[in-house]
Amino acid sequence: MKNNECKIKLPASKLPIGDIVEAGTANEFITGDWRSERPVWNKDKCIHCLACWISCPDSAIKIAPDEKRTTVMTGIDYDHCKGCGICAKECPEKVKALTMEEEKK
Amino acid sequence: MIKPVYPKGKLVAKTGNEVMAEAMRQIEPDVVAAYPITPATEIVQIFSQFVADGIVKSEYVAVESEHSAMSATIAASAAGARAMTGTASQGLSLMWEMLYIASGLRLPIVMAEVNRAISAPINIHGDQSDTMGARDSGWIQIYSENSQEAYDNMIQAVRIAEAAKLPTMVTTDGFIISHCMEVVETYPDEDVKKFIGEYKPERYLLDTKHPYTLGSIDLQDYYFEHRYQLAEAMRHSKDIISEVAKDFEKTFGRKYDMYEKYMMDDAEIAIVVIGSTAGTAKVVIKELREKGIKAGLIKIRVYRPFPAEMIAKDLAKVKAIAVMDRSDSCSGSYAPVYSDITAALFAAGIFTPKVVNYVYGLGGREINTEHIAAIYDKLAKIASGAEKPFTGIEYVNVRIK
Amino acid sequence: MSAKMIEVRWHGRGGQGAKTAALLFAEAVMATGKYIQAFPEYGPERMGAPVQSFNRVSDDPISIHSGITNPQYVVILDPSLMDCVDVTAGIGKTGKVIVNSMLSAEEIAKQLMVDKSQICVVNASHIALETIGKNIPNTPMLGALVKVIGTLDINEVLEDTKKKLQVKFRHKPEVIEGNLASIKRAYDEVKTHA
Repeated sequence: MKNNECKIKLPASKLPIGDIVEAGTANEFITGDWRSERPVWNKDKCIHCLACWISCPDSAIKIAPDEKRTTVMTGIDYDHCKGCGICAKECPEKVKALTMEEEKK
Repeated sequence: MIKPVYPKGKLVAKTGNEVMAEAMRQIEPDVVAAYPITPATEIVQIFSQFVADGIVKSEYVAVESEHSAMSATIAASAAGARAMTGTASQGLSLMWEMLYIASGLRLPIVMAEVNRAISAPINIHGDQSDTMGARDSGWIQIYSENSQEAYDNMIQAVRIAEAAKLPTMVTTDGFIISHCMEVVETYPDEDVKKFIGEYKPERYLLDTKHPYTLGSIDLQDYYFEHRYQLAEAMRHSKDIISEVAKDFEKTFGRKYDMYEKYMMDDAEIAIVVIGSTAGTAKVVIKELREKGIKAGLIKIRVYRPFPAEMIAKDLAKVKAIAVMDRSDSCSGSYAPVYSDITAALFAAGIFTPKVVNYVYGLGGREINTEHIAAIYDKLAKIASGAEKPFTGIEYVNVRIK
Repeated sequence: MSAKMIEVRWHGRGGQGAKTAALLFAEAVMATGKYIQAFPEYGPERMGAPVQSFNRVSDDPISIHSGITNPQYVVILDPSLMDCVDVTAGIGKTGKVIVNSMLSAEEIAKQLMVDKSQICVVNASHIALETIGKNIPNTPMLGALVKVIGTLDINEVLEDTKKKLQVKFRHKPEVIEGNLASIKRAYDEVKTHA
């Protein structure tokens, strides 16, 4: 299992004091295995409007600049995508580059 | 002729509130957020004047309630500022939930608190009900007998809070000390500044290079560990408080400890008390000693953390002890200080002293040498076996029937 | 109570400066090298209501923090208080009462039912009007109290008061002079039967 819920919990003596949680811990926390459905991205249909990127609650839509230095979608971060389906819902009707499928493990 | 203890010290006539404001001026915290309330009004009023006059570089935040005062102080402290506030009574009550957040987040806030009764009935005068109610909020509590102690305690509190990473309140008895002008020795600004040192927080939210989350949710998996840390920090702070007191004595010449022992070496009867009444009791003890009566006093200076083991040892040989509480817990049993003292004795396996509980001075009710002499008289009778120790609480100077 | 400790009670009306008088007195006495306390009795703060304030003076540090019930000296800023307040409470047979009044010590002693040797009179209101230009009896009464106590150095008191006033009234030298003159005059004019 990848989930760090299963890591050994820190004792009081090793915890940072005062309810401090280090930054960036959400990235280490693998939530991808919570999915029952997964979004599938059709790269050829995608118009790179980034509506999915804006809507994704888990920052699981990967983006990067292309050769023209325009930001484009490059894929899905399946380590953090929980399969909520918002991206597929937000993908424009005429485009349908994102669709939900049954998660196959 | 009066002389300063510290060669560079200056003798001034000031009230408790004035010296607490003076200490704040010398400490010159980055931020003070406060909502003034009787009898602590002058502390922040005078300090805000220092800010307005450009005497200090501190940021003064005039907030709309004490809840906001503590919230803003917490935010400033979390951001990395040396932050202070001041309040009393109902103001402390309104800060309630934020007090626990300040300690839970381990923020070294220093608060000037003036002890005042709590409503209802409304009353502006001195008793310790307000801070006694906050005794288990995770704040270090340092009580002052007089203005000199209030000034010295404020200076020490900054170092204690920052070393222990625990918020610390310094109190005086409302009106009795806050509004009483006395001779106080103040130290030069640069010496005070040198003693408290520069505040360098290990972690602070404005440190953009090392970002972190503060105050996140903590459920069954980690909450208990954090609360354990807090309780452990409170236990550990006893050493810090003693170290700071030792350094203070070395620097400025005035001796402080968790509590003061007055004529305790051979004491057969003793009073345990907190605050200004200790000074009045000392007058009585001197008179009793002249008559050959072995009376003593323990004045608790630091009530949280409570120096249980030490105090039990010092009370072990006393025959009869009166614990005087300037608050009533309405617990149906005993008042707070009595509960702590008897628990300390019991835990240490000390069962010989007869310990009785007096509640006095609520709402500023007079407590004078005659009242205290009567308590010692009762203790002498209990010690000799002429009278049995009473159970329950005896109330001093109150009309019951 | 230490035999050397001096305890004073001031009677005034809200707004007359009984508290200020106690504070000024304490500061001035401290300048003569003694330990002091000054504290007011706080109640509802209403202009004209009877108010009290207190002083302790001692050669030794003062640790007592109870109220004062048996003062050796009582200072009355407003003679009308004698009709409505028990101004002689706790003074016994030796306590002195210093009254701001135009009446004689005999007349006041009769009204207060104490021995006339216990009464000291000074017309502080009159002195204040002539020196300060306003009926502010608290500063002259300070001078009268210093005289009656007898063990304090008036010149040191005047010197300290001058320093204090110079800070507060540096743009009004006439206020400083008036106040100092009022203290000195009351010191000289207070009638004692000692």
